[in-house]
Amino acid sequence: MNLIFFQAAVAMYVIAAAGYIAYIFKPERTWTANASLWATSIGYLLHVAYFLFRWTESGRIPVTNFFEAANFLGMGIVLVFLIMEFRFRIAALGSFMLPLVLVLMAPALILSGDIKELNPVLKSGWLGVHTSFAVLGDAAFAFAFIVSIMYLIQERQLKAKHLGAIFHRLPSLDIMDTLGYKALTFGWPLFTLGMITGSIWANSAWGTYWSWDPKETWSLITWVIYLALLHLRTIGWRGRKMAFLSILGFVFVLVSFFIVSRIEVGKHSF
Amino acid sequence: MGIIVVGLSHKTAPIEVREKLNFPENTLPDALRKLMTYEGIRESLIVSTCNRVEIYACVTDSATGIDRIKQFISDYHGLSREALEQSLYVYPDAQGVRHTFRVASSLDSMVLGEAQILGQLKDAFEISLKTKTTSTILNKLIKKAISVAKRVRTETRLAEGAVSISTAAVELAKKIFGDLDGKNVMLLGAGEMAELAAQHLLGNGVKNILVANRTFERAEELAKEFKGDAIRFEHFPDSLVMVDILICATGAPNFVVNRDMVIRALKERRNKPIFMIDISNPRNIDPEVDKIDNVYLYDIDDLQSKVDVNTGGRAKEAEKAEELIMLEVETYLQWERALDAVPTIVDLREKVEDFRKRELDKAMGSLSDITDDQKRVVEAMSQAIVNKLLHAPLVVLKQAASTPGEGDSTIAIARRLFNLDKELKRPGREKTTEQEETPIPPENQGRESTCR
Repeated sequence: MNLIFFQAAVAMYVIAAAGYIAYIFKPERTWTANASLWATSIGYLLHVAYFLFRWTESGRIPVTNFFEAANFLGMGIVLVFLIMEFRFRIAALGSFMLPLVLVLMAPALILSGDIKELNPVLKSGWLGVHTSFAVLGDAAFAFAFIVSIMYLIQERQLKAKHLGAIFHRLPSLDIMDTLGYKALTFGWPLFTLGMITGSIWANSAWGTYWSWDPKETWSLITWVIYLALLHLRTIGWRGRKMAFLSILGFVFVLVSFFIVSRIEVGKHSF
Repeated sequence: MGIIVVGLSHKTAPIEVREKLNFPENTLPDALRKLMTYEGIRESLIVSTCNRVEIYACVTDSATGIDRIKQFISDYHGLSREALEQSLYVYPDAQGVRHTFRVASSLDSMVLGEAQILGQLKDAFEISLKTKTTSTILNKLIKKAISVAKRVRTETRLAEGAVSISTAAVELAKKIFGDLDGKNVMLLGAGEMAELAAQHLLGNGVKNILVANRTFERAEELAKEFKGDAIRFEHFPDSLVMVDILICATGAPNFVVNRDMVIRALKERRNKPIFMIDISNPRNIDPEVDKIDNVYLYDIDDLQSKVDVNTGGRAKEAEKAEELIMLEVETYLQWERALDAVPTIVDLREKVEDFRKRELDKAMGSLSDITDDQKRVVEAMSQAIVNKLLHAPLVVLKQAASTPGEGDSTIAIARRLFNLDKELKRPGREKTTEQEETPIPPENQGRESTCR
């Protein structure tokens, strides 16, 4: 029954994604962007409602299997998008963010939404804290990734001196560069907190802070990449190179989320 | 006899040569007066901008006129004739008219459709009017050129293009920097388009403008105009560090901004992007610079091609303008040719009027007791006969004169038929300037000139 909310939310996201993409290609129609923002907002409320229903139904925060994790990540990214959109009003963000949300939530659409019993060791307040930080960090990285892609498209157009319709829709290089960097300055601390809380939680569950399980190792690599990015920025790297690095960082996030988590050996496998 | 344009422009001479031939505005009256003392120069006007130096003149004889004008330039600027010869172009007669119209309509400008040249032409005309070095022919030519330029402006989309080039530059700047507030602009060199672009940027939030020019005085002048700062030309590479938008239009024959310079500046400014606009022709910024990350180099063709998309092809608009100018040149030449008939028309009128008066006096003498009313009737009748009789020949004369090839023979016939050359001793077409002031028939007021 609650699944209806989930399906409705996804339907709204699909509408929003279509609207935002139409907006990019039909520059004269600005109403599509407004309608899409409405659709996203409504979709998000439905999404949150579904999340809360599921929480009460299972008696724990619903982030324990792949379906739920994908669902939670999607929610986090939409939240970041909505904050940014209401703050900066860059409709073109939606044209890239919403398709990404749909792609990331695809596993949730395919997988069963059945609620399964959770390993009792994992029943802890840390579950919510750890996953929330991790997901918000990932969402910020996702945002930086999207902005970087947009930056590269815009940069390509400016360099090639071929200015298509999309050129007028995309924001300035400066704002994309700045937003991408800002997202990292939020994402990296959140990600770090996610790792720390995860480590504390691991200690309380298994008596060890760090056990080099694939997810942990992979996350550490991701963490180092983003740290390097932040450092390079302070010594004057910016623009295209930063965008490429940011995209690389997010590839690690994606691999970690979609592949490493599926490896049956680690504690993170679900 | 006719119109001559002698000069040089960005198309024929590099900036170094143009600078040498420059006539600063405050010296123009003096230069014009000097030019008028040369043999066969009847009217003159000098246009001197950073992109062109041109002398428009009405001369008695084309060949001598051209030679004298060149001699004047050589004397005035202390340059040898040989040095001048290769960069000067000469447009006599119809070509001169066409060139004048093309210049006024900015078809000869670096940036098609820019408006500044028309203003400069008007200013030059103003100075010539004040110095009294123009008369019927040049007055007509320049006024016509101004109206042609206005027609081109309203009937083609050329002007829109020039404005949209500046707008395009601003739009690009905004896509790079977002907000232009607090961005630094450097104007390297000067020129119509560079100033226009700077103006547009200022209008869009840019606050600080640095101006560098080979002549420091000019830099100071421009800096004052834009409320910016002037810097010495040699020092511009050092200031590049703080420049976000560089507008380059020095007119130098080689690259002024090179790769190393830009790499150094970028390093110092920690890769903050630089938007470079190269308006110069030939290019002043090494195209290699465009390959550097965080540098966006646009030359005038890039900007123009971007504008093309919006205006549906500037080439097409320019073609339209050229056609329009062809037509206007024809109407102007018609007017000029019609001037040939003027002396004959004047002679004819005077001769007939003379007859009328003499015959009228005779008649009045033999009519002793005649009332004033009756006198008036007789007088009016004589006038009417003369007018009716002259109407057809005058119309034919004017028409024939404005038709190429027919003018001379028709005029000759008229002079023979009415026996104009024997009885009346009037100095036909070879009048001097003073005589131009003598009364002329009302319909030709302000038009007659023996110099065509």
